[in-house]
Amino acid sequence: MISDVLIIGAGGAGLSAAIAAQEEGLSVRVLTKEYPTRSQTCMAQGGINAALGNHGEDSIEAHIANTLKSAHGEADENAVVFMCEEAPNAIVWLDSIGVPFSRTPDGKIAQRTLGGASAARACFAQDYTGLKILHTLYDKALALGVEMLADKFLLELLKNTDDAVCGAKVLDIRTGEVQTYFAKSVVLATGGYSRIYGHYSTNSKISTGDGIAAAKHAGARLLGMEFVQFHPTGLKNSSILISESARGEGGYVLNSKGERFTNELAPRDELSRAIDAEIKKGEDVFIDIRHLGEEFIDENLPQERKLAKLYENVDPVHELIPIKPVAHYTMGGIEVDNVSQTSVDGLFACGECANHRVHGANRLGGNSLLEIVVFGREAGKSAAKRAKSLDDFNANTQESTHILERLEDFSNEIDFYQVQKELAELFYTKVGIVRKPSELQEVHNKLQEINTQLPRMGVSDTNKIYNTNLLEFLEFCNMLELAQSIVEASLARKKSCGAHFVAEE
Amino acid sequence: MKITIQRGKNQVEFDVQAEEVTLLEALEEIKTTLDATLSFSSGCRSSVCGSCAMRVNDKEVLACSYKLQEGDVITPLKNVPLIRDLVVNMDKAYETNAKAKAWLSSYNTQATLTHEDEKMNALQSDCILCGSCYSACPVYEVNGEFLGPFALTRVWKYVSDKREANTQEKIKTIQTNGVWDCTLCDGCTLVCPQGISSKADIEKLRVKSTMAGFSDPNFGTFGFDGSPSF
Repeated sequence: MISDVLIIGAGGAGLSAAIAAQEEGLSVRVLTKEYPTRSQTCMAQGGINAALGNHGEDSIEAHIANTLKSAHGEADENAVVFMCEEAPNAIVWLDSIGVPFSRTPDGKIAQRTLGGASAARACFAQDYTGLKILHTLYDKALALGVEMLADKFLLELLKNTDDAVCGAKVLDIRTGEVQTYFAKSVVLATGGYSRIYGHYSTNSKISTGDGIAAAKHAGARLLGMEFVQFHPTGLKNSSILISESARGEGGYVLNSKGERFTNELAPRDELSRAIDAEIKKGEDVFIDIRHLGEEFIDENLPQERKLAKLYENVDPVHELIPIKPVAHYTMGGIEVDNVSQTSVDGLFACGECANHRVHGANRLGGNSLLEIVVFGREAGKSAAKRAKSLDDFNANTQESTHILERLEDFSNEIDFYQVQKELAELFYTKVGIVRKPSELQEVHNKLQEINTQLPRMGVSDTNKIYNTNLLEFLEFCNMLELAQSIVEASLARKKSCGAHFVAEE
Repeated sequence: MKITIQRGKNQVEFDVQAEEVTLLEALEEIKTTLDATLSFSSGCRSSVCGSCAMRVNDKEVLACSYKLQEGDVITPLKNVPLIRDLVVNMDKAYETNAKAKAWLSSYNTQATLTHEDEKMNALQSDCILCGSCYSACPVYEVNGEFLGPFALTRVWKYVSDKREANTQEKIKTIQTNGVWDCTLCDGCTLVCPQGISSKADIEKLRVKSTMAGFSDPNFGTFGFDGSPSF
């Protein structure tokens, strides 16, 4: 089964790439481990940045400056300039395919101010910006007739005898069969790796870094894996996100004594550290929006009230909302150049799984939706260009064995769900908001131990049909692989930088 | 807390050690501690991805936003092929979006949308494609070719959008197995986790259809015995 372009992942980045490649007149196939509209993109609420100046003055230069400042010297200026200059075009394009953006009374696209921005720059669609962009991209992909196949889990990338990627091996989740898909170009758009932090993450349970792990196996270079953004206000028990708007509208951050102890509008990394320090002193931490009043809350923060009631059993109109900082976004990923090409021939990457060097050490709110659209389309075009330029397609693949094919030797004496939980706990406390070299080394050693034990773990469910136990074990293996990359990158970076904060011993 | 889960032909009882939890949290607890073979789908766990729609005591819910009660009976969505346990195959239901051409067909570059225009379909564009409405739809149950609630809501989203320059084509597409086949029973409205009423959207599409010169094919085709032919 050969296509010109094969795209793995059907979130905002994957669909943007698919649309761009299909518009080049090529055959495009998209594989996704769930369904196209169920990706992490749907969880983005805040907005998508573009210096339109619809709500007060703004400029592309200011967008570039804000982005570079937040990146703490780890961004590539050319990539940032490209993204910020393309941003207004991206909004025009999204508008042309029907994204239902919120509007100003005079008919312009509405914009709001997010943290770290010098102007109201984030275009939004109520508080469902990601959902509405994602679904509109899906509608557009349907209109173009893009082939999208659901329930396909990426096992590994196929490499040919020229050492170029020429397809992918996937597990068809519905049948349990291993399938191969060949393509002249392959684009990874598989999302980030925040779920290594397990329960300590705002992310969907699918953010297990599958594409990054596959790229690493295929020899692609990874970059900036130590940069994990923690959001200061996840709900204490469920880690579900309470949006920045709760603080933006005047909410307080309090400790158990009811005292304010920090600047609520500080950048995410600073605020996360302040809250983390308070929790380590033995305090509980809360957001308090009671003083805003029921009417105001129902009008302006209805979703926060709904989430707090449902997932924390508190009504913020009358009670404090218990919170903790949790893993939210991974800046690191597969190293790509400014045309989304990885260090391996034939392989492209975009979205959270890629590191285009636009977020550096700390991502700015509103820049992730922007990145997936701008670089998603670029990745699609680059992949199409390569597919067109290829004279001969070499589908002679190199020999390889995936862990799945060795699984029957795994003894399943150790419960991997338990190990996964311990790993998440360990990462949250020691590879989290504040890091110490000795603790990183401790986690490094622990990872060696887990790796040694891996053959004694395994799968209890022997059914081939929709075996989610197997799927979760394979995801665990991917996270274990990336956990090592994070710890190694964190150990190598001795000084604090953005989201990577190193404390004195 | 004892709950019962439909697994193929069997109903299996599980004893969950939890109070005040969502159904999804209980399912995860079962999977990771009691029975790793239980299959279900989930994603965002904050009711925006649409993965965990299923039925509790014969009513469609999102597992992540339903608080578990003693004695609950959990079954998979109806009217879609069952894959395993609580996992269903949504492919055919999703294909209705393509059949209904639920997309912007022709972009009107002259259109200017106001805040009022935004409100015309802000709710409809909250759809998360969870499939609850297809499970609850008595028409889709008997006619697999019916375009179905979410697809028609999504068509309304584009028909009501000033940026769509070719509404005539959109309206034409939904005449067969579309707007006139709905019985207006409101079953879809009652189960939508996003508060969308596909029934109301279908009624609006009927008005648009009539204005575009189409009519209810059921009128005038009453048989001699007076019964409508569906």
